[in-house]
Amino acid sequence: MSLEQVFREQWGAVLASLIGFLGDFDLAEEAAQEAFTTAAERWPRDGVPANPGGWLLTTARNRAIDRIRRERTLAAKTRLLEVPEPVEDPMEAIDVSTFPDERLELLFTCCHPALSTEAQVALTLRTLGGLGTDEIARAFLVPEATMAQRLVRAKRKIKSAGIPFRVPPDHLLPDRLAAVLAVVYLIFNEGYSAPPTRGDLAVEAIRLGGAMAQLMPDEPEVHGLLAIMLLHDARRPARFRDGDLVLLADQDRALWDAERIVAGRAALDRALALHGDGAYVVQGAIAALHADEPRDWRQIAALYGELSRMTGSPVVELNRAVAVAEAYGAAAGLEIIDRLALDDYRYQHSTRADLLRRLDRPAEARDAYERALALVVDDAERRFLRRRLAELDPTADQPEGPSCSA
Amino acid sequence: MKYILLIQQGSTPVPPSEAWDALSDEEKGEIYAAYKAISETPGVTPGHGLQLPETATTVRVRDGETLVTDGPFVETKEALGGYFLLDAEDLDTAIELAARIPAARMGGAIEVRPLREGY
Repeated sequence: MSLEQVFREQWGAVLASLIGFLGDFDLAEEAAQEAFTTAAERWPRDGVPANPGGWLLTTARNRAIDRIRRERTLAAKTRLLEVPEPVEDPMEAIDVSTFPDERLELLFTCCHPALSTEAQVALTLRTLGGLGTDEIARAFLVPEATMAQRLVRAKRKIKSAGIPFRVPPDHLLPDRLAAVLAVVYLIFNEGYSAPPTRGDLAVEAIRLGGAMAQLMPDEPEVHGLLAIMLLHDARRPARFRDGDLVLLADQDRALWDAERIVAGRAALDRALALHGDGAYVVQGAIAALHADEPRDWRQIAALYGELSRMTGSPVVELNRAVAVAEAYGAAAGLEIIDRLALDDYRYQHSTRADLLRRLDRPAEARDAYERALALVVDDAERRFLRRRLAELDPTADQPEGPSCSA
Repeated sequence: MKYILLIQQGSTPVPPSEAWDALSDEEKGEIYAAYKAISETPGVTPGHGLQLPETATTVRVRDGETLVTDGPFVETKEALGGYFLLDAEDLDTAIELAARIPAARMGGAIEVRPLREGY
């Protein structure tokens, strides 16, 4: 394992323990940073210690304790708190089992509803994912200074407003867990829906989901979300060909990540064994059905129906329309779409266009493609829609834009 | 942690008004009971109820001159209706208490603000 991998693996747990111990995000982050820097200098020379997490944590704790002492002395404060002794040699004195894993506490703190969703996402990626401010800024297409400011304000609010560092008590847990899952899913979707360059976010979300599943093994929705992410991510290598979007039906299944699919199905099985029937579990089941060959469209349509009742989301209805079209014909799907009020949603128009094309109504299909194109923001999607539009009328001129060799 | 829970009445019916009179005795009774229970919750220091925002007078000093205007500083519907002080473990406790304040569910909102310590 490379140093960078070790760091990525360890950062969240080390930082969570430090925050739990120190009660201060900034101090913890500085101390962790110092410990990781020291490790980067020493490990290549001395070798990676047997227990890298313990080494990093002890080193960071010692740095933090030193700093607290120094500041105490400088300020000559009379109100002395109990400051533990630093451990002399981090190589010897570590028993990692004495350090509780506090990543969940950290996750619930970062995703507290008193913080804006943007701040929750940024803070989660920074603290648990160990992503740099610059990386997060790039991933969310905002200037680095804006992202830095967002992080500073969020950490300040946690401290000054008294947002607790804990796993919420039972009566708050369902709501708060939903908030955490939403943040993880949002991170995943940012990585998944964008072209391959931002795939790191999807990997990061899966890492978070995996840690949650390990730390909250009895929560079906956690396994459900993990299943969704794994099953979708498994198809990522097949989603783009030469930078162009490839629809599920046209994907080369040989490119799918078989390991990811097995892991995704296993996560879904755990969720179902826990009698999970929440929105993430249902979506996980749908994702698993999509990995089957041939696909059971009736079953998929039925599950979308369930999800639609649960969420009342028109976007889910749109997905149901697609499944219904496959199971019962394009006309049945179109009937559902025409009841939806999603005029600003490009997929409503592109899906409608596709069904109209299949129903051999090219003029209406063309209008719908044009409307989808007017709303599209992503280049790969734009090229895809233009290709479809061109196929509608083979005599028309090739559309402008970057050439595609697919 | 010390917090102030600022009660923004919004469209919450408050006496004296027609909207308040339109409430049944039972509803009024529930509201009074809820405020009483909150006042008696450990950690809570009841604030004073405030008279209607229309009775407010706003004072500014500019270039040494005192300027007095009629009405609250913010718009009437955003004006403060009252407050509680709370000494609590953390923000979650404060949020739970805020959610019990009748104005929170009757068209208003509660702003939870930590107090500065050490001043």
